[in-house]
Amino acid sequence: MFADYSWGELVSIFAMQGFAGLILFSVFVLMALGLAIIFGQMGVINMAHGEFMILGAYVTYLVSRLFETYLPALFGIYFFLAMALAFVVAGALGMVVEWALIRRLYKRPLDTLLATWGLSLILQQLFRTVFGAREVGVTIPQWMMGSLPLTDTIEVPINGLFVMALAMGISAAIYVLMFRSRWGLQVRAVVANRVMADAVGINTERTDRLTFGIGCGVAGVAGAAFTMIGSTGPTSGQLYIVDTFLVVVFGGAGSLIGTIASAFSISQAQSILEFFLSGSMAKVLTLLAVVGILMVRPQGLFALKLRK
Amino acid sequence: MTEFPAMATGRDGRFLNRTEAMGAVALALLIFVLLPLALDPFRLNLFGKYLTYAFVAVGLVLCWGAGGILSLGQGVFFGLGGYALAMFLKLEASTPEATKIQSTPGIPDFMDWNQITALPGWWQPFHSLSFTIFAVVAVPVIFAFIIGTAMFRRRVGGVYFSIITQAVAAILTILIIGQQGYTGGVNGITDLRTLKGWDIRTDEAKTALYFVNGGLLFACLALAQFVRRSKLGRILIAMRDREDRVRFSGYDVASFKIFVFCLGAGFAAIGGAMFTLQVGFMSPSFVGIVPSIEMVIFCAVGGRNSILGAVWGTLLVNWAKTSFSESFPELWQFGMGALFIAVVLVFPDGLAGVWKQHVEPLFARLKPRPSAPQPAE
Repeated sequence: MFADYSWGELVSIFAMQGFAGLILFSVFVLMALGLAIIFGQMGVINMAHGEFMILGAYVTYLVSRLFETYLPALFGIYFFLAMALAFVVAGALGMVVEWALIRRLYKRPLDTLLATWGLSLILQQLFRTVFGAREVGVTIPQWMMGSLPLTDTIEVPINGLFVMALAMGISAAIYVLMFRSRWGLQVRAVVANRVMADAVGINTERTDRLTFGIGCGVAGVAGAAFTMIGSTGPTSGQLYIVDTFLVVVFGGAGSLIGTIASAFSISQAQSILEFFLSGSMAKVLTLLAVVGILMVRPQGLFALKLRK
Repeated sequence: MTEFPAMATGRDGRFLNRTEAMGAVALALLIFVLLPLALDPFRLNLFGKYLTYAFVAVGLVLCWGAGGILSLGQGVFFGLGGYALAMFLKLEASTPEATKIQSTPGIPDFMDWNQITALPGWWQPFHSLSFTIFAVVAVPVIFAFIIGTAMFRRRVGGVYFSIITQAVAAILTILIIGQQGYTGGVNGITDLRTLKGWDIRTDEAKTALYFVNGGLLFACLALAQFVRRSKLGRILIAMRDREDRVRFSGYDVASFKIFVFCLGAGFAAIGGAMFTLQVGFMSPSFVGIVPSIEMVIFCAVGGRNSILGAVWGTLLVNWAKTSFSESFPELWQFGMGALFIAVVLVFPDGLAGVWKQHVEPLFARLKPRPSAPQPAE
């Protein structure tokens, strides 16, 4: 399949597709990080994760409309406010859901899966009722448009660069939160041994609620970032949920590094294959490879050794 | 070995106890007498369609209720069974005479639209009805065997298994939609007309197929009941509750799981084939993640531990879906979501559990002789 292209063209193709893959990678990382916290650390399957992401996207949409109407002078920076708001709204809803639903089901993981699927249906319909069935897009601020030409044949879009920077920033923030903060210590203690953590005075219930809330908040931020590169519809979240779960499982549940590594390999494989095959076949081959590898190595790329 | 409450009902050695026999008779009356008398052919065909989902739900009772394996990819097997039969019917409908306006007569219309000029090799065997009937069951079961062997031999279970099966459902849907020249794409395989010359689109044919479907469903119910009553069924329940102990007792846990997963896949495939016959088409919208997980809710509403309950649950949810989504489509989506949550939080044993807890005590009070309370199933 390479025979038709010259060497220089191939390099450009790989660079451009690689970059498209990096944008996909950033979206996967943002979505998967929230899930890695909730599924990886707490073992809870949240099928409504995609809807939390879409909630963040709709919050961004609302904020952009508000700025457009009332504060056009500050439009260039609306995104940062929107992102913070998306985190707060999605996180708050996450904590409510944990309190009302998830905490009753910690011992029944398969039932959690069904209940959160129900939640995702309700949220989807809510989005459809409030925002309409059509996809909405936000106006991207002026400074994020256009692209940077690197060479004659390779150029990179700025909004893509921004999303990548955001993904890196949030990964770093979560790393610090998990491994350098008091809360992270408590979360890891609860994961390692719930009873013992309880015994030494960690409020495990509050830790659970906060963990779930932060995971959902990160999903909201992912949704905010998502608006920069695509439009948002009520069911957009469902499109990504399987990919995201596969990213987390493939990386090895519980390992943040593994999540990032698997997001990288899956997105790169998919976007490079996409150029040579049709989009659907690229996706089929990538997912098949992931499922195949998981059948041989069910614990994922980076397995965290835990005493069960 | 420890006594499991769930096993207690089977110990009298009878195939059906009195309550189960009465439930089976009631269901048979509903399916074979009441519905055909009360409904016009169109509505009856609709209920026939619901009953094809009941095959999947019964399979899920065995896999999930008894075996503790929640597959979110049953639509894959439903779809494979349905597609196998749809391929046969499509080939029969695509005679050279019927398709002479195409640039290549004699091949299915969607292939012609996608500039394919010869029937692909893997379509050829589906000219034969006996091969097709064999393939309807064999292909999904072999597929389930491969997935099951790969997963259960490595002791992958629980939510991981659910996610992988869900991914398989996603892959198959994308594949079918992407390869539209070979599969009919997003529209599926449509415009099916005759089965060995017998027109399946007439009201008489649909009514006849409804009864065939009901008969097959009862055959599957009997097989499922047989499995549950057998030693195999007890081991499944024991495995669900304490897998380690069963393994340490010397049983090969993986083989039992693979078997029950294949059985569930086989049931789903028969349902899929009957769906194709009664509805007259098969499309990827019955294969993917959303239909697969909806089939789980049919089973959960009926009661994940009750074979008959699963059939009732399927009928009830689908009937509600049709009636509500005709008049209030928005409300239905909320209702469906609430149903998922309620069935998990409020009544995890579904209709069958409600029946056992609240209705059977009423009967017991009516009887002159107080009978011992039925152990929970």
